[in-house]
Amino acid sequence: MHPAYSVILFTTASGAGYGLLAWLAVGAVSGVLPLERWLGLVGFGLALGLITAGLLSSTAHLGRPERAWRAFSQWRTSWLSREGVMAVATYIPAGFLALGWVVFHQVMAISAVLTVLCAIGTLYTTGMIYASLRTIRHWYQPLTAPIYIVLGLASGAVLFNALLHTFGFVSVVLTWIAIALLAGGALLKVSYWRAVDTSEKRYTVEMATGLGHLGKVRPLEPPHTQPNFVMREMGYTIARKHAEKLRALVLMLGFAAPAAATLLTLIPAPLAGLAGSLLAVPAMAAGLLVERWLFFAEAEHVSMLYYGVDAA
Amino acid sequence: MTALPATTAKKLGLVIDLDTCVGCQACATSCKEWNNGGYSAPLTDQDPYGADPHGAWLNRVHGYEVGEGDKGRTVHFPRSCLHCETPDCVTVCPTGASYKRAEDGIVLVNPDTCIGCKLCSWACPYGAREYDYDDGVMKKCTLCVDRIYNETFAPEDRVPACVRACPTGARHFGDIGDPKSAVSQLVAERGGFDLLPEFGYKPVNKYLPPRKQRYEVAAAPSRATETEVATGAAIEKLFAWVDRVMSR
Repeated sequence: MHPAYSVILFTTASGAGYGLLAWLAVGAVSGVLPLERWLGLVGFGLALGLITAGLLSSTAHLGRPERAWRAFSQWRTSWLSREGVMAVATYIPAGFLALGWVVFHQVMAISAVLTVLCAIGTLYTTGMIYASLRTIRHWYQPLTAPIYIVLGLASGAVLFNALLHTFGFVSVVLTWIAIALLAGGALLKVSYWRAVDTSEKRYTVEMATGLGHLGKVRPLEPPHTQPNFVMREMGYTIARKHAEKLRALVLMLGFAAPAAATLLTLIPAPLAGLAGSLLAVPAMAAGLLVERWLFFAEAEHVSMLYYGVDAA
Repeated sequence: MTALPATTAKKLGLVIDLDTCVGCQACATSCKEWNNGGYSAPLTDQDPYGADPHGAWLNRVHGYEVGEGDKGRTVHFPRSCLHCETPDCVTVCPTGASYKRAEDGIVLVNPDTCIGCKLCSWACPYGAREYDYDDGVMKKCTLCVDRIYNETFAPEDRVPACVRACPTGARHFGDIGDPKSAVSQLVAERGGFDLLPEFGYKPVNKYLPPRKQRYEVAAAPSRATETEVATGAAIEKLFAWVDRVMSR
């Protein structure tokens, strides 16, 4: 599948935004954090900024972005529509939570709980857009949606950790949560790659053409000289041969490096906390961008059976 | 609504004969010409006179080589939307632009409400939907909905443009849901089949398999030889009869 840069930016940026939002809500309602005005202002500003930037970026992928509002209507059947509804609905409890934190220095527990549920719900609907497509073996996997949730929460925790250290608050519990989520994310991702690599190619060109009873089917005359939309969108194969290297890069940048940097913050030395927690952010961001790009680039589509692929 | 209708009054669709299709591309070009006006207009091309010409076409004719050696053959294979009964391309649509008509089962995209998210094309295993890069919306076979009900046309022209253009009669249009229709009878008679039935979208369009080749017919038990032998003496007729009995 062709990696749409706007969608990659959206799912990584908004994913981290929803993760951060969830951790802010947990921090607020659990009472472990002081509801300090600037921490709240910067925290919610960053979370909602990332979410909004991601959502706006996702409309760049549309042929008719001015009609994007129509996408809220078909939540009964469409995961994409559900994602749109959830993404916008999250602003409501998050807005109340931010208002309570920043202005009134006390939060309603219900707004925090709803913020967490909406944030996780949005991450889940994003994952389900991909996980529900039977045409793409690499996405139609039980781990697809959970990975979107865990990576969102992990990147959010890394951001939250950096934020807390910047404001001089230290939460050892959160540090360990971030490390645990990074480890869990890496584990899920490795299991996902194993599942994808060993998954059965259920459909063949003989099934696609119904000509198997006559023998092996091979393309002879292509219907067009240049790649059409279907081949450009669904037949993207660039970098598949580098998949192993890129997977290693994802594990290094996206999980190992931020986990190591986050571990650094536990060292009781001046600036270790700030440096470690801040360093983890660009590493995680770079790793997640590669991860998301690879998620698209590695995905094979059944329609390519008509264009010379034997099985998909 | 992108919810699928529980049933459709008709199942309008195409029956494509892979035996008589000669791969002339007349259906594809006729489709492109007709749909560049009317419902699907504009049906744009990109870089049409440059190094990388491509564009949205609603019908594509592949050529496949099937089988090995002297048993190999060429099969011309037209491919367009199959107007499936239970397709995900409709249900994944976030705006309701993609829909299946309850009256005749035609799957359409409303060009006025499509946002061009391309998700429907991802959900189609047949590669039947093509995004129009200039128009910013998804395009697909409309079964020439703007021809088949057009009473200003002569009755013989009230068929999809591809069917009208086919010089070998390899394309048939009708109600596949009606067992008495000409297309349904053709499907029954020739063993019409679905593409990728394993996928479960229940395509309405059917394909007729290539007929047996000469060598396959010749490989059948040769009655001519037996008849010849059986015209000899009585004893030879007896042996021929025994031969036939033992061959059963």
